[in-house]
Amino acid sequence: MSAATLEPRVHVGRNYLNADYGWKSWLFTLDHKRIALLYLVSITFFFIIGGSFAVLMRINLVEPQGAIVQPETYNKLFTLHGIVMIFFFLIPSIPAVLGNFLVPLMVGARDLAFPKLNLLSWYIYMAGGMFTLYSAIAGGVDTGWTFYTPYSSTYSNTQVTAVAIGVFITGFSSILTGLNFIVTIHKMRAPGLTWFRLPLFLWSMYATSVIMVLGTPVLAITIFLLALEHLFHVGIFSPALGGDPLLFQHLFWFYSHPAVYIMILPAMGVVSEIIACFARKRIFGYKIVAFSSVAIAVLGFLVWGHHMFVTGQSVYAGLIFSMLSFLVAIPSAIKVFNWTSTLYKGSISYEAPMLYALGFIGLFTMGGLTGLFLASLATDVHLNGTYFIVAHFHYIMVGGAVMGYLGGIHFWWPKISGRKYPNAWASLAAAIIFIGFNLTFFPQFILGYLGMPRRYAFYPAEFQVLNVMSSAGATVLGVGYLIPLIYLIWSMRYGPIAEPNPWGATGLEWKTSSPPPTENFAEIPVVREEAYAYAAEEAAGD
Amino acid sequence: MSQQVVPQKTYLMVFFGLIGLTVLTTGVAYIDLGPFNTVAALVIAFSKMLLVVLFFMHLRHSSGLVRVVLVAGFFWLALLIGLTMSDYRTRSWTPAPDSWSSTAPPTHP
Amino acid sequence: MTEAEARAHDLGLAHQFADLEQQQEADTLGIWIFLVTEIMFFGGLFASYAIYRWLYFAAFEGGSHVLDVRLGAVNTCVLLGSSLTMALSVRSAQTNNRRALVLFLIATMILGGIFLGIKGVEYDQKFVEHVVPGLDWAPEGKTLASLAPGGLGHAEMYFFFYFAMTGLHALHMVAGMGLLLWLVLRARKGSFTSHYFAPVEVVGLYWHFVDIVWIFLFPLLYLIGGRY
Repeated sequence: MSAATLEPRVHVGRNYLNADYGWKSWLFTLDHKRIALLYLVSITFFFIIGGSFAVLMRINLVEPQGAIVQPETYNKLFTLHGIVMIFFFLIPSIPAVLGNFLVPLMVGARDLAFPKLNLLSWYIYMAGGMFTLYSAIAGGVDTGWTFYTPYSSTYSNTQVTAVAIGVFITGFSSILTGLNFIVTIHKMRAPGLTWFRLPLFLWSMYATSVIMVLGTPVLAITIFLLALEHLFHVGIFSPALGGDPLLFQHLFWFYSHPAVYIMILPAMGVVSEIIACFARKRIFGYKIVAFSSVAIAVLGFLVWGHHMFVTGQSVYAGLIFSMLSFLVAIPSAIKVFNWTSTLYKGSISYEAPMLYALGFIGLFTMGGLTGLFLASLATDVHLNGTYFIVAHFHYIMVGGAVMGYLGGIHFWWPKISGRKYPNAWASLAAAIIFIGFNLTFFPQFILGYLGMPRRYAFYPAEFQVLNVMSSAGATVLGVGYLIPLIYLIWSMRYGPIAEPNPWGATGLEWKTSSPPPTENFAEIPVVREEAYAYAAEEAAGD
Repeated sequence: MSQQVVPQKTYLMVFFGLIGLTVLTTGVAYIDLGPFNTVAALVIAFSKMLLVVLFFMHLRHSSGLVRVVLVAGFFWLALLIGLTMSDYRTRSWTPAPDSWSSTAPPTHP
Repeated sequence: MTEAEARAHDLGLAHQFADLEQQQEADTLGIWIFLVTEIMFFGGLFASYAIYRWLYFAAFEGGSHVLDVRLGAVNTCVLLGSSLTMALSVRSAQTNNRRALVLFLIATMILGGIFLGIKGVEYDQKFVEHVVPGLDWAPEGKTLASLAPGGLGHAEMYFFFYFAMTGLHALHMVAGMGLLLWLVLRARKGSFTSHYFAPVEVVGLYWHFVDIVWIFLFPLLYLIGGRY
């Protein structure tokens, strides 16, 4: 039988990609889908930049005395790696790319509530990015992405003000995105789409948006104060004039801890969508998972002091923050149990998105569990400031968030681009990434436990084997990231044309063409069933 | 948007109430109430804020969602101030030995 | 588009909304969420202020006594008046009274301008007294006598908060003045009717918020500890 009779001829009709041509139609667009692509290109660019800093760091760490850079340069590398990866890749990634694209589609609307604010958020993001790039080119910053005072405010001679302006500006991009999502989800749901019929991705985006809106302004004022102190040397964070460096840390971590939940909640939302689709089953305990997202967002604001156990915070405050940190692990664990229960007796297939989702569950669990060691006051005294922390957060941020992001890109790629990518290459890349990731970061748990400090350009010779292993893993990981870049771009021209619903998934976004028309839906859909109505579909198919 | 039109008189009364509270808070500052000066100032400021929020900002006629949003904002601010303060207030509960003038015997030469 | 759609568009309905009511609810929710972000933004400053005021009360009290309470109180009343005129301008839009709308908006701008003018006078006074941290910190005479008991370093911290908090507030006022000017220009053209006046209400909410920040700044900066 020829392929022509198996696959219906799919005609590429009018859609948001071919609706208009020319750079103006992209740079002045108000279409949330085009804005999502603008973000996709930008964050890929910043991911490459942040990744390059990491590559240089890992090369340097092949030798105990530092292989290629001086300590001063190394300090700038880890600082800029952190700033670029966190503020310009991880925080925007899923919300600004997948969220922007999918939120209106998933609620059954024609666009977000405030399309102009959406475009503005991208321009603000780019402006902040330009300031940060400038600061990198003009000499870099060596304070660590955490900008601890009084080094950053008083003693550092590097481009602190420039990068502070960059981060300050970019924060508003986050705030506008979050504001847009909250209003859209509250006010623009299609008829019949009640809160408990929403896909869990939207619950995650809602919880993420609440964090963005409540936390980011505090980062903004903290950076503002830091810049003022750097410029006017007043001493609000400097002990010499009666200021307390710890006040900076309180204000900084009030945002930066919830920020890690901005980075992981969207990935959890993606995983819920993928697991349901590729296990052909509704998510076990839908309401519990939905409430857990909200619980993570709320509890996440109560734990910031666990970053300050050893910096001079009161022991009693430390006790409170430690207990609350254990508490916040519970909703995350609940989600893992629910995903696993969803898999149980599901009809599982292992396409690339599912590989990423499964990888997420395993790696996020490891990262999360190691967080408990750090939440415990006594063990944190030993582990703080070591590579254990580095491994912990990379397991969550890279093993978790990045894999969630890649899984989402691979799941919704046919919808976004109207094309399919070769699944064999995608699965190979997922495997390479999984292996490379573990090779890079597992040794770091051991290194940290053995006492190797973080943010050091050199180390005692006995740690070399593990460091070389980690650097080798980083190479494998880099190759793994390059492969999707190649075949996804390739697919935009040569990939098979995608049907409206290539995965047979539930959700309103799959009920319109791939890619969708500019107005999303010919007619606004009416929702009559629960989310993840896979069982009904299965019953119908039997 | 509130579709209810608030009478001009209401706005004027609220305004005079606000002015009155301003005069009150300024006057109270000239009376010695000890630590209650701060309490009085904050109570009066909160009252003024309530008048502005309820009447000028139409919260009286606004949806429950808007009220929840506003309360959430203040609650989060309270979290920030409260939890941060809890560190400063409890630091003295574990006095750190003053390394320059400790009367304990030196542990190393 | 259909005739109904054209009418809706003329009334200012954006294409992503099903009807004007949905748009108005979205606009209202949107501005309130933005105001909450402003609460957290200023909140970081208020939190820092609270910590240092508790730690260095004497210095903050001394610094507060250097400020001119009369100017501060007058300014508070000026800003409250501008909130009144702002509320009345929204009411004018609601009742389709274009002339009153424009006049009240202009009155709000004038009062805002007076507030900024008085602030400017106060800032100038600080330079005269050399109590500007980082730029001109050299208090002398009566000022020095007032500040010395609390510790000069901590007094400098108080003035840092004075300038940071009132300065950030003033920046928000300036932005508000820009928004008011935009409203005046649009109002004169007849853009606002009783069916569509969302921008007026949204700017009004912002303006009231800025007023509320000052409602707290006045006692917290000018009336610390009492002046008995």
